Amino acid sequence: MQKLYLLVPLAPLVGALIAGLFGRFIGPLWSHRTTISLVFVSLLASIVIFLDVLEGNNYNGSVYTWLVTGDTRFEIGFLIDQLSATMMVVVSLVSLMVHIYTIGYMHGDPGYQRFFSYISLFTFSMMMLVMSNNFLQLFFGWEAVGLVSYLLIGFWYTRPTAIYANMKAFLVNRVGDFGFLLGIAMVLMHFGTLDYVSVFAQAPGIVDEKVELIPGMPWLVITLICILLFIGAMGKSAQFPLHVWLPDSMEGPTPISALIHAATMVTAGIFMVARMSPLFELSDTALSVILIIGGITTLFMALVAVVQNDIKRVVAYSTLSQLGYMTVALGASAYSAAIFHLMTHAFFKAVLFLGAGSVIIAMHHEQNMQKMGGLKNYMPITYWTMFIAALASAGVPGFSGFFSKDAIIEAVHFANIPGVGFAYFCVLTTVFVTALYTFRLVFMTFHGQPRMDAHTKEHLHESPWVVTMPLVILAIPTIAAGWFIGPIVFGDYFNNVIHVLPQHDAIEKLGAEFTGIGGMMVHALSTAPFWLSIAGIFTAWYLYSARTDIPGKIKSRFGFLYNLLDRKYYIDEFYSWLFAGGTRALGTALWKHGDIKVIDGFFVNGTARVVALTAALVRRYQTGYIYHYAFTMIVGIFVILTLWLY
Amino acid sequence: MSFEFPLLSLIIWLPIVFGVAVFATGDDHNAQIARWIALAGSILGLLIAIPLYTGFDSATSAMQFVENYVWFERFNVNYHVGVDGISMPLILLNCFITPLVVVAGWEVIKQRVSQYMGAFLVMSGIVNGVFSSLDAMLFYVFWEASLIPMFLIIGIWGGPNRVYAAIKFFLYTLLGSLLMLIAFIYLYQTSGGSFSIQDYHQLEIPLTPQILIFIAFLLAFAVKVPMWPVHTWLPDAHVEAPTGGSVVLAAILLKLGGYGFLRFSLPIVPDASNYLAGMMIALSLIAVVYIGLIALMQADMKKLIAYSSVAHMGFVTLGFFLFNAYGVEGAMVQMISHGFISGAMFLCVGVLYDRLHSRQIADYGGVVNKMPVFAAFFMLFAMANAGLPGTSGFVGEFMVIMGSMKINFWYAFLAATTLIFGAAYTLWMYKRVIFGAVASPAVEGLEDISKREFALLAILAISVLWIGVYPYPLTEVMHATIDHLLIHVNSSKL
Repeated sequence: MQKLYLLVPLAPLVGALIAGLFGRFIGPLWSHRTTISLVFVSLLASIVIFLDVLEGNNYNGSVYTWLVTGDTRFEIGFLIDQLSATMMVVVSLVSLMVHIYTIGYMHGDPGYQRFFSYISLFTFSMMMLVMSNNFLQLFFGWEAVGLVSYLLIGFWYTRPTAIYANMKAFLVNRVGDFGFLLGIAMVLMHFGTLDYVSVFAQAPGIVDEKVELIPGMPWLVITLICILLFIGAMGKSAQFPLHVWLPDSMEGPTPISALIHAATMVTAGIFMVARMSPLFELSDTALSVILIIGGITTLFMALVAVVQNDIKRVVAYSTLSQLGYMTVALGASAYSAAIFHLMTHAFFKAVLFLGAGSVIIAMHHEQNMQKMGGLKNYMPITYWTMFIAALASAGVPGFSGFFSKDAIIEAVHFANIPGVGFAYFCVLTTVFVTALYTFRLVFMTFHGQPRMDAHTKEHLHESPWVVTMPLVILAIPTIAAGWFIGPIVFGDYFNNVIHVLPQHDAIEKLGAEFTGIGGMMVHALSTAPFWLSIAGIFTAWYLYSARTDIPGKIKSRFGFLYNLLDRKYYIDEFYSWLFAGGTRALGTALWKHGDIKVIDGFFVNGTARVVALTAALVRRYQTGYIYHYAFTMIVGIFVILTLWLY
Repeated sequence: MSFEFPLLSLIIWLPIVFGVAVFATGDDHNAQIARWIALAGSILGLLIAIPLYTGFDSATSAMQFVENYVWFERFNVNYHVGVDGISMPLILLNCFITPLVVVAGWEVIKQRVSQYMGAFLVMSGIVNGVFSSLDAMLFYVFWEASLIPMFLIIGIWGGPNRVYAAIKFFLYTLLGSLLMLIAFIYLYQTSGGSFSIQDYHQLEIPLTPQILIFIAFLLAFAVKVPMWPVHTWLPDAHVEAPTGGSVVLAAILLKLGGYGFLRFSLPIVPDASNYLAGMMIALSLIAVVYIGLIALMQADMKKLIAYSSVAHMGFVTLGFFLFNAYGVEGAMVQMISHGFISGAMFLCVGVLYDRLHSRQIADYGGVVNKMPVFAAFFMLFAMANAGLPGTSGFVGEFMVIMGSMKINFWYAFLAATTLIFGAAYTLWMYKRVIFGAVASPAVEGLEDISKREFALLAILAISVLWIGVYPYPLTEVMHATIDHLLIHVNSSKL
């Protein structure tokens, strides 16, 4: 079995190397055949491991020793349990679908092999991240997925917007990683190891330890560690205020928006916090911070999605909002619900993105929904799969998103740490907003009158099977994945993995009321989220299908609000003024004044000038005339005699 | 391993002998012969250094491969050489870089080929001498001698402003080393007439003279590293130096300063080192943050990489003065890794410079369209420069940040800003040079790297990845020496 563990990350790595280094020689066909079959191997291995874990066979062991320093050993190793096995299956399944989809989407692109190499490399990195049994390897995977994300956002490197977006993504992520690395350093300092199991075992022992970063202000060590680690999660999982990179990442080709910027990489932060539940449980302050950050992201990013016209951007803001849901769940100690939503979201968001990509191909790379409409009749498979995903996203009972989202909302309802009221308001309101923007997308794209130009309209047709097949396959879990909520969230599936203190255990209370998925659906009919979601769908239908003249009127009536949302609360402008502008001004000032004027101008060249000046002065005394020297001697003798006589 | 065989002497003198042989080929009619002799000498130099690693006993902190002969009996000066876990990896790095530099200058240098190649070989031998000297006078001779070849390389094969840069380089470093000489003479007196560095390690010195000695050493080593604020010679020297000169300067000569701290400052004056550690850490952190910001604004690629070198060397001095295993070993790893990465970065700029004769970022743009293979290599090295895990650039920085956290949260906080600044200046440069549409007709005419350039970059790429993925063998040889050093530094000599 241990060899199988190695196979899961290494198979895609080999694929990435073959396609990357030899792609030129083996050509596009063999590049995609190689990478796809190796990712398929990885999926099969993941499934076998998953089944093995279901039988109760967990594993925690090292592969090799990376470094030994002082009294610490840094190992590279795997921790295989319910959490990592679930993630492995989700990642490899979505990755495989995206690989297949790419054949159609990237057909004829000059960077075809390179693209396959990147997405296989991503699969490797993500596997290293989720399978890790220690913080060091976690950080490796964490940064490696960031690298691949950087490479893929900038895949079309001649586009100025793409190469701006990829740098922005990397740097914003680095801000998160800055906190993350400090968190890891504090873990190492206080526990003496980076191995998960030993850290978690020691964690309760340091609950009362305090540290004064600013004299006179003691902080709980565990709170500090958790918040620093969470800053990393905020970067990777695009939580406010580090969310700014994700919408721009849509500059990348659509398959990677689905794979990296919706289904897998951006959920790494959620996965990480769930993995660290034994630490986060010990700090109510950290959990409150997570709740509030998650709540802000959920609501405010959903609102932005309502005014976007670019089909990919709507889905991108929807991703931000859904990640907010997961974060809120983490803050409410409903880790299993967060992971469950991560899983259902991976499926329905992948369908939404891949469907959007299918639309974009049909529209000849037009992404503006105002120029779409009526596509339902031309692209039935894309329409129906996206429709299912939209129902799941809006949380209509029966579809996967309903179960996971309802569990989160109820868990927040039951939670009792500071900030929970605000978070509850956010997640509840967002149900309406989610249904509104999702169905706005559906109505604007697929219903109503076609608004595209005649040429595009003439060529409209359903995408090839390599595009629609992944949609259909992923539509199955989009419907059905939620049905497993009983064992996964309320059952004992995550018992040995996720630790929740009794006083935080909202899921436990929910589980007591849980009678089965049928009961959950029936119960939902009498609760607010269901009616909010129906209201959202109805509003979307009314505004974007029935009375399409109203949105324009609202826009002109509430111009200020519209602009605020359209400009995404002016956060990008503010950041580029403060951080990009500020650092550059500071850098220039230090360089021109510090280095050039003070150090070089005053000290270095100044010293040289003083030496030259002194030399010029002293040189005047070296006249070479005997009588000058004789006169100086006489003066000297006179002075010495005078001093001596006194 | 036979201790009779004078392996270290061979490692020091063989490149010098080959260097002289290269000089002897004379003018440029025999350029091809000069190149081949230089290549043979440098590769032989690397091969004979391998037994140094294979025969090295990593269980002991004692000096190995020792040779000790009387040189000047009257002043008790000896030809005394040996290596431990600190100097051995640095000698290997030096022997590894030399053939690369010879190959890098293969077609590029067309004038005075024999002198150019010879200078690098001689310097390689001299630097091996610096790293293996156990006698202060011998060390001082090698130390000062190492200035001469680099002074000539910058002054003869450099850019338009080469004379200013060469003299600035020479005077800056000379000024520092003269104070070191005074410190040696003081130590000679106090020790009752010994120039043995190992004797100095045992010498008991009161605090005030310790501080004075520390400052004398500091000036010598800080200029070489270079630390803030005595770093301003480095950007000028790099900008004017030919590619090979920049590679050796960044990869090897800066390490002399770092090595000096470990061999002299810390063990000879441990109390002063402890006493002044706060100041040293502050200077190092200024280097990381201040220089990081300055690097961001550079318009000249070589200047940018030079400033980035200063920031990365800030991690080296920071690590030394943390006085824990993470810090010191991390600093050592950082030195080796910086040798590979900065060398590779300067080679990459050299590749571009050889084609367009410009180092200005603004003159490029969209290079990837014409040079995809080169762009891939450059990406790897840029990421390594930004400290991406999986590359060697991460290992040292990671260890030093871990070590800083043990001492003070804010040290780690400031050091970790390199994650942001390092990525910002490197990737911003990469974006402007490599990405985008083809920016000019000159870029349109670019040709991708030749086999020679490919080989150079591939060797460095493998090294960078190897240390990033599996640094264990590298740190394994250092443990005993550094553990011993740390015990020594943490016990008072007053």
